[in-house]
Amino acid sequence: MVNTDAGPGFKILAREDFSDVTYSLVVHHPLMAQAAQPGQFVIVMSHESGERVPLTIADFDRKRGTVSLVVQAVGKSTKEMQQICKPGTYLYGLVGPMGVPSPITGKKKVVCVGGGLGVAPIYPQARGFKENGAYVIGILGFRNRDLVFWEDRFRACCDELILCTDDGSVGMKGFVSDGIKVAIAGHKDIEEVVAIGPPIMMKACAETTRPYGIKTMVSLNPIMVDGTGMCGGCRVKIGNEIKFACVDGPDFDGHKVDFNDLMMRLKRYAAEEKAALDRWSENCRMMQQAPTIKTVEQPEEMPDPFEDALGG
Amino acid sequence: MATKKKKTIRTIPQKRTPVREQDAKVRVKNFDEVNCGYSLEEALNESERCLLCPDPGCVAGCPVNINIPKFIEAISNKDLRGAYDTITASNLLAAVCGRVCPQETQCEGVCIVGESLEPVAIGRLERFVGDTAIREGWSNVPYIEPRGFKIGIVGSGPAGMACAADMAKAGCEVTVFEAFHQAGGVLKYGIPDFRLPNAVVDAEIENLRKLGVKFECNTLVGRLFTIERMRDEFGFDAVFIGTGAGYPSMLGIPGDSLSGVLSANELLTRCNLMRAKEFPNYDTPIPLGKKVAVIGAGNTAMDATRVCLRLGAEKVYCVYRRSRTECPARVEEVHHAEEEGVEFNWLTAPVEILDDGKGNVRAMRCIKMELGEPDDSGRRRPVPVEGSEYEFDCDQVVFAIGTNANPIIGQTSKLRLNKRGYIDTDENLATSMAGVFAGGDIVTGAATVIEAMGAGRKAARSIKKYLRINESTVEEAAESPVTSFFGIDLQERNYARIRAA
Repeated sequence: MVNTDAGPGFKILAREDFSDVTYSLVVHHPLMAQAAQPGQFVIVMSHESGERVPLTIADFDRKRGTVSLVVQAVGKSTKEMQQICKPGTYLYGLVGPMGVPSPITGKKKVVCVGGGLGVAPIYPQARGFKENGAYVIGILGFRNRDLVFWEDRFRACCDELILCTDDGSVGMKGFVSDGIKVAIAGHKDIEEVVAIGPPIMMKACAETTRPYGIKTMVSLNPIMVDGTGMCGGCRVKIGNEIKFACVDGPDFDGHKVDFNDLMMRLKRYAAEEKAALDRWSENCRMMQQAPTIKTVEQPEEMPDPFEDALGG
Repeated sequence: MATKKKKTIRTIPQKRTPVREQDAKVRVKNFDEVNCGYSLEEALNESERCLLCPDPGCVAGCPVNINIPKFIEAISNKDLRGAYDTITASNLLAAVCGRVCPQETQCEGVCIVGESLEPVAIGRLERFVGDTAIREGWSNVPYIEPRGFKIGIVGSGPAGMACAADMAKAGCEVTVFEAFHQAGGVLKYGIPDFRLPNAVVDAEIENLRKLGVKFECNTLVGRLFTIERMRDEFGFDAVFIGTGAGYPSMLGIPGDSLSGVLSANELLTRCNLMRAKEFPNYDTPIPLGKKVAVIGAGNTAMDATRVCLRLGAEKVYCVYRRSRTECPARVEEVHHAEEEGVEFNWLTAPVEILDDGKGNVRAMRCIKMELGEPDDSGRRRPVPVEGSEYEFDCDQVVFAIGTNANPIIGQTSKLRLNKRGYIDTDENLATSMAGVFAGGDIVTGAATVIEAMGAGRKAARSIKKYLRINESTVEEAAESPVTSFFGIDLQERNYARIRAA
């Protein structure tokens, strides 16, 4: 039973694999492409019995009517998506853009930091700052040279780009927080640092900038269900207040975030996540293939599912 | 219809017809409905208990004013289709409302029979008619004269569904937007299957579709497009906002962010909509403690306790700071929870949730309460008993202590909100923005399904007035499937009137 009158779902137009575990999906959704702002996220359901997976919007193309999502295959759902989400298939659910957009105007000099999975979502922010006339210093962190992606895109919108790798195989050897120190040493007038990545990385970034008093925004990624403020699963401690990352964030002042609380809450479902992944991996081995989404036969030009509703 | 001898309180069946229920020991292990509903014989027997009062209190007691004596009389004449037609003239969702309305404070609360005997089981009869209609595949799709108005409805819960039904019947082109991947709102994510099966909700949504209502799921209005854009760019002649209150209130005590502390909304959504009860066949997990404490004693809290039992918790407690008398849940729900083994701890409030050292719940610290003077709600205010703190053994805490206004529409539109963040409307549910109406929990704060439906219908009346759709002509057109009127095409007549308006 599908309650949507919009058709089979949201068509995946293109996919790119950055590494064994990281891939991007370009999805057709003209209205979302129009509405999306840097800092916002979506919730994806790959099939009807799937879970709702929040993913930061990595890019949007208003002319082509597409949004790009970068996914790291770490759990059952994201690994399964890695197998079944191919160009021409459909996502069962895609809702957004969610969250309060990041303020990107009125800054003269900013540092945009992306580590691991955070590299993709920091891109629209870097580009947004650039479009608004800021001097943008990009800092990207990867484990090694083979995992580097989108370097060209960042070069196109950053005035300076610092690559950091754990093993020094490309760029400087060290973490992004070391990159921030380099940037601060070179520039005394940095107004804001924006950092997106794993919580431990964002915590390190916030600690690096704290002594300098540089405003540091981080994008939080707690566990959520609906993404509309209804379940409260994504609550985070910001200073003395409880905020919901989905509707009050996801961007918060990194100097006020209780990262330990966030990291503890992220482990809430660790046992179930592992069980689901083990069971799924075992099934894949047994069947030698993953269950596939039915590719619905459709003419090449998909009608915009919202066209009717909105009267064109 | 044969004329019957006038019924009196002495001639009617004295005892209310009992309804079969799944045995508590059995049902606590499944998600099937507790209440099995009336059979035809049982419904006929109960329908005999209605005195068919000439000036019935029950109709006034119903938030959507169903002609209750008329539909009950139809049942007793074995005219179930007629009963269904009578109900659907006021309420499209008979199967839903028959199950979830608090009839004891509405229609049944004012039933004359109830003054000396137990009141007529109006809710059970309504459900019987609704279920029969679903089983028989009945739907009432009147002839609807298209009027060329486009109505956008934000939220597919009870308020939105009720408003959509009325506007569709008035000949408008109605589109309902829902943020979740399935329509139904709280009826789907909130109310568990053992009280209201999702299949019943889907059947009612199917009826709306037959009226021509379109549903667009995966659509977060406000963020994907604004209310202003719906009106100014997308060409909606009127917009109704029924987004619900959903933003759970926090406990605000130490330890409330521990793993194992979650809102009833999260628990219920995971279980009902995302089907975590069927994990791992469905991907959404819901790890459950052995001893679960549910804080609060409203209907949502009752649902949460009973869901936890069915998910396999060994012990489920309901912890409430007032006493049983003040408890806001329906009597029937408390009774069912008790039967199933939920342990009630009245006059108890948590003051701290204790950590096991790994971020999980080890226990709560609770304090005993006593009742003081009545507060603003008219209920006696709970006051802590000094020195009565004690440790309450549990390893999971679910809080169901109410909700606040959802901020998304406020964040993304210029609509005027009240001090508490709810949408400000006038008595006709018109907002500060022309053509935009709002109703249900997003206006009043958390209330009941039927109150939300009542608000949806009230807003529909206001929208018709705003668009100058004449009610009487609608009904006239609906009842006579003629397309011409004195040789003038009806559509043309309409067109002329709209132009003139």
